[in-house]
Amino acid sequence: MSKAADATKNGEAAQVETVPVKVDGILVNVPKTSPDPVTGKPIPTTMIQACSMAKVDVPHYCYHPKLPVAGNCRMCLVEYGMQAMGPDRKPVVDDNGDPVVRKMPRPAIACATPIAPNMEIYASSPGTIEMRKDVLEFLLINHPLDCPICDQAGECKLQEYSVEHGGANSLFREQKVHKPKQVDLGPRIMLDDERCILCSRCIRFTRDIAGDDALGFVNRGSYNTLTTYPGKSFDNNYTLNTVDICPVGALTSKDFRFQMRVWFLKETKSLCASCGTGCNIVVGSREGSIKRFEPRENDGVNSSWMCDEGRLNYKWVGREDRLKDIVIYDNGESLEADWDKAVSHISEILRSVDKGSTAIIASARQTNEELFLISQIANLLDSFTESIPRIGEGDSLLVNTDKNPNTSGVKMMGLSSGELGSNLNKILEKVRSGEVKTLISFGEDLTRHGFDDEALEKLDHLIVSDILPNGLTEKADVLIPGCAHVEKKGTFTNVKGRIQRFYPATPAPGAAKPEWETLLAVLKQIGNVPESVKGVESLFQWMAQETSELEGLTWSELGDQGVTVEL
Amino acid sequence: MPKERRLILKNVDRPGYGNDLAAYMKEGGYSTLKKALALQPIEKDGNTLDGPAQIREEVKKSGLRGRGGAGFPCGVKWSFIRHDGGKPVYLVCNADESEPGTFKDRQIIHKDPHQLIEGMILSCYANKVGLSYIYIRGEFPEGAKILDRALQEARENNFLGKNILGSGYDLEIYVHRGAGAYICGEETGLLESLEGKRPYPRIKPPYFPAAIGLYLSPTIVNNVETLCHVKHVIEMGGENYSKIGTPGNTGTRIVCISGHVQRPGYYEVEVGKATLGELINDFAGGLREGRKLKAIIPGGSSAKVLKAGEKFSIKSKNPDDPPKELELLDIPYDFDTLMAAGTMSGSGAIIVMDDSTDIVEALSNVSEFYAHESCGQCTPCREGSLWMSKILTRMSHGKGMAGDTEQLKRVADHIPGGRTICAFGEACSWPVQSFVSKFKDEFEAVEKSE
Repeated sequence: MSKAADATKNGEAAQVETVPVKVDGILVNVPKTSPDPVTGKPIPTTMIQACSMAKVDVPHYCYHPKLPVAGNCRMCLVEYGMQAMGPDRKPVVDDNGDPVVRKMPRPAIACATPIAPNMEIYASSPGTIEMRKDVLEFLLINHPLDCPICDQAGECKLQEYSVEHGGANSLFREQKVHKPKQVDLGPRIMLDDERCILCSRCIRFTRDIAGDDALGFVNRGSYNTLTTYPGKSFDNNYTLNTVDICPVGALTSKDFRFQMRVWFLKETKSLCASCGTGCNIVVGSREGSIKRFEPRENDGVNSSWMCDEGRLNYKWVGREDRLKDIVIYDNGESLEADWDKAVSHISEILRSVDKGSTAIIASARQTNEELFLISQIANLLDSFTESIPRIGEGDSLLVNTDKNPNTSGVKMMGLSSGELGSNLNKILEKVRSGEVKTLISFGEDLTRHGFDDEALEKLDHLIVSDILPNGLTEKADVLIPGCAHVEKKGTFTNVKGRIQRFYPATPAPGAAKPEWETLLAVLKQIGNVPESVKGVESLFQWMAQETSELEGLTWSELGDQGVTVEL
Repeated sequence: MPKERRLILKNVDRPGYGNDLAAYMKEGGYSTLKKALALQPIEKDGNTLDGPAQIREEVKKSGLRGRGGAGFPCGVKWSFIRHDGGKPVYLVCNADESEPGTFKDRQIIHKDPHQLIEGMILSCYANKVGLSYIYIRGEFPEGAKILDRALQEARENNFLGKNILGSGYDLEIYVHRGAGAYICGEETGLLESLEGKRPYPRIKPPYFPAAIGLYLSPTIVNNVETLCHVKHVIEMGGENYSKIGTPGNTGTRIVCISGHVQRPGYYEVEVGKATLGELINDFAGGLREGRKLKAIIPGGSSAKVLKAGEKFSIKSKNPDDPPKELELLDIPYDFDTLMAAGTMSGSGAIIVMDDSTDIVEALSNVSEFYAHESCGQCTPCREGSLWMSKILTRMSHGKGMAGDTEQLKRVADHIPGGRTICAFGEACSWPVQSFVSKFKDEFEAVEKSE
């Protein structure tokens, strides 16, 4: 095993020479170069990066740390000073040997101006604040100021900086410029050109990050208008990221617009479960219902982005037909059941079966902790185990061809050997031959994988846990409703071996409980569980002790960014 | 009274002189090029100077300053070019002459295109350029045709192409037509446009053309007239050239005089040898009958206006000398004095306004132009230029409101001084700042109390 604890600082560059810079009087030593956001090549560090290192906020619109610099909004204009140069072209120092710094006659944009030794950045000087106010006034004169009906309200940089720097009364007495509104930019994006402040973040994102040069400006001056090529739709798998980075309410998500004021949203750190990449997300929910997924920055995984497909893949969680009830059939008779009864019923069955007569199919959508508990149970019973692969299309940015979020977890817990799913037919044969008499499925509809009625009827017991009704849940003797990952706590291991945590955002419906709770309760009845194991954290601890790849890793060590282990 | 000194315009408008190669050759055309290509390496201060280096030296010595607007020394501009970066060096001729009031480059292009081409070949040779472009504004279709034909003639006679005149030097020049935007005259906007993009000026740093220009390669951008001057610098030698004009403001310059004068037109004079008064009264025939001077815009519409009767205290270059007191019409028309007078000679366009001028309407017209031509990339210029234009349109249409004058000044003060990506911020706000401060009463007169 080897635990790459520095995973969050993936590819941390070799020591770069630093340069002393003062930001509002705070001395910071800033690396001379920083990686280019797109190519990763070292380029001169800019004033705004120095300010951020000094923890001094410089308001900005067009600048985005993950995009090439545009320098057009002028909001980050700052006054600054440079070390004076003598006639010999050598830096001037005073009698104490301190640098003599002279204020420059013209301001500079912090986002594009490289730092220099002994530079002084006056990010909060009266002159700087005055310029900020002036730029903001210009941005606001033609803005519709329709915050009460704007989806961006509450997370709008124009709104925030207006509160900080804006005047209460407008001095603008002219007719505002009118531009297209409710522009259907693409299948998932709506544009209001009047709200647009022309920062070009969306243009740069789709051109330089998504590789689809789909957006641009037309017309001139104040009539500049964001648009696609006439007749073309803004439609790639990353369009919704432009909604995230739009500093105002110009680009809105058709899915989220008018659904909820953002300040009512509960935000939960989670992961996208739509493929093996494991993009970090924030789930925005309100009163138990999910309103949106947004990417959460993690440079070791997804930078600040996520794909549209993953982002919109949450609606099924709130489906009306979610499995809500525990169902137990005993000799064809339906028993009235609650969760405790189901746990003891399952435990009874598992205690009674012969070794080697059970098979467990564990979905690669279950958490590491659940897969670990399944492996413990499988060991006790000498079960055959397998999982089901999901392969689809991938791309070079984020989307992985593995559509399971936790294939690595299945592998790590030893629940599948060789290619995922390669033992499935053997298990089916063993069911048909009567060797396997008890079949347990966690989250997979085996009727879609050859387990037909004829095979299933040979079983003594079919124990199923799932989230939505399917062919297999209909046939189950014992059916326990499970949870979507946004309803429980746990970890997934992505395709690159990064173990990442997620937290429950919404409650599970009806009698549904996180699968790990059921599994842990059953294991306690049929085997041995350390005293200390009570919740997911301690369960993780136990798993980490028992799993060579994890070697004593703790829940808290994972942090919000996860830890990469060698698979 | 100073006379015209026609260096660039020597053959322009001369009866019988055509814009074809034959006419140019008859006047000794391309002989300077032949001379330059034949230059042998010389030893100077222990260094070997090859032909191109010698040309660069001469241009530096000549003191030639850019004729496009900023008056930057040409030799210094060329010296920023690094040849060791492994990238080709480009030279682009800025023929996007679009500053209102300016109509000099088109005379050269239309009437003596080969002079420009020879100047370009010399400049390219001096800077080891293998590929060069003439970026001509979209509104000059005829000029583009003439240039294309002239380039073809030059190619046919091996002044262009491979192994020029047997020298081993290869060069190609292409004409690229703009689509009609003032901002394409801004050199980095021009380069974007030349690359096929929207002409958004580039941020500097890092995109100084000399370092990261066309196709991210070192690039020289020179005005049409400047490149023509290079030919004369090489022809007569830098030192001789520097004796024309006045120290620091060498050579001749084509001045375009328009507005309320008897003989509007273009006049080539030695820089600094004629005063504003001489240019207006002697060259351009003075004001119209019975009219008095009201204002002069001395360097294209973006230059700060000068008011009739204004007096200026011009500091001397020698700090020991007392400042010179000058009346408006006594200002010598050169780069430095006009700068010291708080304005600029810009593109060499003098716009004269007599006392019939409605100053509010005049500024409204200028502002409308800039609001229309702002590219819209950066905030202060994009929003400010239209805001000013809207206020002025109102004021000049009898809809002035109390406080408008003050507001105009406020808006204009928030645009220039390094707050914008390019100098368009200055171009659109300087007229407003100067008109409003110098003719405040006329602006306030159209305000109506609410």
